[in-house]
Amino acid sequence: MKYLDEYRDPAAARKLLAEIRRCANRPWTLMEVCGGQTHGLLRHGIEAELQGTVELIHGPGCPVCVTPLEAIDFAQQLAMRDDTILASFGDMLRVPGSRDSLLQTKAKGGRVKIVYSPLDAVELAKRNPDSQVVFFAVGFETTAPATAIAVQKAKCDHVDNFSLLVAHVRVQPAMEALACSPGDGVQAFLAAGHVCTVMGYASYEPFVKQFRLPVVVTGFEPLDLLDGILACVRQLEAGEARIENQYARSVRREGNVAAQELVNSVYEICDRRWRGFGEIELGGLQLRKNFHEFDALKRFKDVSQLPIVESSECRSADILSGRIKPPECPAFSHACTPESPLGAPMVSSEGACAAYYRYRNLQNNSPSGSPQKRG
Amino acid sequence: MCLGIPGKVVRWIDRDETFAQAEIEFDGVRRICHMACVIEANEGDYVIVHAGIGISRIDAAEAQRVFEELAALGDDEGWQGADW
Amino acid sequence: MSDLQSHNPSWQLHCPISIPDNGEVITLSHGEGGRLMRRLIHEHIISAFGTMPSDSQAVHQNDPLLLMDDAARLPAIDGEIALSTDSFVVSPLFFPGGDIGSLAVYGTVNDLAVSGARPLYLTLSLIIEEGFPIALLDHVLKSVSTAARHTAVQIVAGDTKVVPRHAVDGLFINTAGVGQLVDPIAPGANALCEGDELIVTGPIGQHGIAVLCAREELALEPPPQSDCAPLTRAISVLRERMGMRIRAMRDATRGGVAAVLHEWAGASKQTLTINQCDIPVSPEVRGACELLGLDPLHVANEGTMVVAVEPGHADCAVEILRSLPEFVHATHIGSVTKKGISPVTIARTLGPEQPLDDPLGAPLPRIC
Repeated sequence: MKYLDEYRDPAAARKLLAEIRRCANRPWTLMEVCGGQTHGLLRHGIEAELQGTVELIHGPGCPVCVTPLEAIDFAQQLAMRDDTILASFGDMLRVPGSRDSLLQTKAKGGRVKIVYSPLDAVELAKRNPDSQVVFFAVGFETTAPATAIAVQKAKCDHVDNFSLLVAHVRVQPAMEALACSPGDGVQAFLAAGHVCTVMGYASYEPFVKQFRLPVVVTGFEPLDLLDGILACVRQLEAGEARIENQYARSVRREGNVAAQELVNSVYEICDRRWRGFGEIELGGLQLRKNFHEFDALKRFKDVSQLPIVESSECRSADILSGRIKPPECPAFSHACTPESPLGAPMVSSEGACAAYYRYRNLQNNSPSGSPQKRG
Repeated sequence: MCLGIPGKVVRWIDRDETFAQAEIEFDGVRRICHMACVIEANEGDYVIVHAGIGISRIDAAEAQRVFEELAALGDDEGWQGADW
Repeated sequence: MSDLQSHNPSWQLHCPISIPDNGEVITLSHGEGGRLMRRLIHEHIISAFGTMPSDSQAVHQNDPLLLMDDAARLPAIDGEIALSTDSFVVSPLFFPGGDIGSLAVYGTVNDLAVSGARPLYLTLSLIIEEGFPIALLDHVLKSVSTAARHTAVQIVAGDTKVVPRHAVDGLFINTAGVGQLVDPIAPGANALCEGDELIVTGPIGQHGIAVLCAREELALEPPPQSDCAPLTRAISVLRERMGMRIRAMRDATRGGVAAVLHEWAGASKQTLTINQCDIPVSPEVRGACELLGLDPLHVANEGTMVVAVEPGHADCAVEILRSLPEFVHATHIGSVTKKGISPVTIARTLGPEQPLDDPLGAPLPRIC
């Protein structure tokens, strides 16, 4: 496939890998923000190849993992109502809430429908006029334009039985929180290519100045990841801290203005609790007043919210914030496996724990997979 | 949420600004995607699609940059194939 | 069961024929042993198989199905037999490239064939939801009949049950099959040795993607097609030409090729290694998998198998398979290597092998 295959070319990847090794005169520690990047790094063996040269700390970039428990619990309660269909991306189905996952809710008779696009949920609502269709709007800034179009479409076509359960989160406040946390050994960031596709990277310019950390906007294919790492290493070796754009085929400095306007017309910024992080100031999006009629939280006021229950053993908070690597968690691969996950990073296809579990066998052989303390 | 896949715009269905739609080809399959955020894309262009909507038009010139950089690295000896 | 069943029964999805509103439907009385049931069995079920020619010499002169006894009486089979059973609950019932009828035949026939048997007889049990259109049942039975004829197996016994609405999703089918073991029989996965070579017989992931796209109404065009087909011919040609050089065969159904490799790694206590760039994937499956975030190695097949052959014989096996028009994409994808830490590994972009994970449940489309 064009724009995929050429970025997976083995010979080119080796060349970049060699160049990274050549440039790095000492080991460097980078954080890749997005879980898609984490998977790419592990899946293609890049992390193992770079051991001793570049250490990669896995960032908070899995929106499924940080979706607050109360939102998942509420979604499950909605799905159990006789008159309601909960539409969701497939990613959310295995994520444990306080009690169940949506997949278990479905097994207990809840009506849960997987959709590929939020707009498909609007069509689902049109086809099921006797049911309430609630779309579980999770995701970063990348996904907000799609859910924004969906709610606009519902408003335009008077699809009154459609609503959104909004759990959107914003990446940059979380990155700032991470950069502020003292003792965090991160020396540079690979910023999330698709979040920046929508939001641009101008907003990182003050961030780079404030924290004096290089930020390289990076894509997801092996060549993108290696190219982004190389750019970080070059800056670090030269003692620079700039914002660079590795993923320029998709990302412009100002981002996608049409998408931002679309999001702004439907959503406003709010504080949000992130699972594993706690409350993040300005860390979420909520529907604007003129779309309140499509807000599931308002429409289903009668659904009482149950108290949330978090696993005590799971250290996903430390993992999501890059403080420890998954194998350092006492529950990892013992009490917590993809079959019976305690925390979201083990269940999400993008989660750092799932990635480690999946690729751990070979990783165990190498120092990069063994517990490493940072402080 | 980062799964964004490049697809080729094969046919505009509706270029109306709010709910613009086009047929996008992903290797052997096509799907109708929302295009409100990439209204400037022309047939034959590639767009990155996420959750059923186009979020950017791929800049073909920028897409070549990494390969130009690779070419510039050359094949000088001393590192190539060093660890392989 | 479809989560939205009360609104969209799954048989409505991709229904291949138009059903008039006043068309006859199955009622509970059709399952209660009386005249209605006998009529259903005679006029719809037995008649669907009545014209089947006896390809096999072993078939009894009196068609056991026509006798309608409690059991089919069959002639003695020389040597060992293989027995297999499988239940089919696919949703939707009709999907591009097949339907529950063809699947119910090929599924069991393929299980027999990869076990080293020549499939001879099938039983056919139908569990039908009341309200199911009879025209649609006829359509499924025709598929069963065509598939049975295509693979030269005879339907010799059956059962029909009708259950209340929502007790099943339209129609469930169970088939059990009997086959005659034919020498030489591949020793199986336990016998895999270091150096053995691994082959897939065609592009992978087609059935799973076809069913997923149809069930979740993903609106991909053209709709990806299932590979639902018999493996009998490929197996008999391979056996004829390669004999004992075949170590093991397995149809890569649920869990896809990855699940077969993991089972084989477990059985043989070896590590199996494949090369991503060698794995045949059709453009439809490739596009759909990229879009939905799935790995074709985890996606189900219904007419594609993994074959292990002795060291140095993959090219020969591939050549034999490619001489058959349905298997022109057969490919050598990897080999059995020295036991490592990971049971199954895959070489991707950077060369060194990475572990290939065992699929966990059905693949779900994802956007992250």
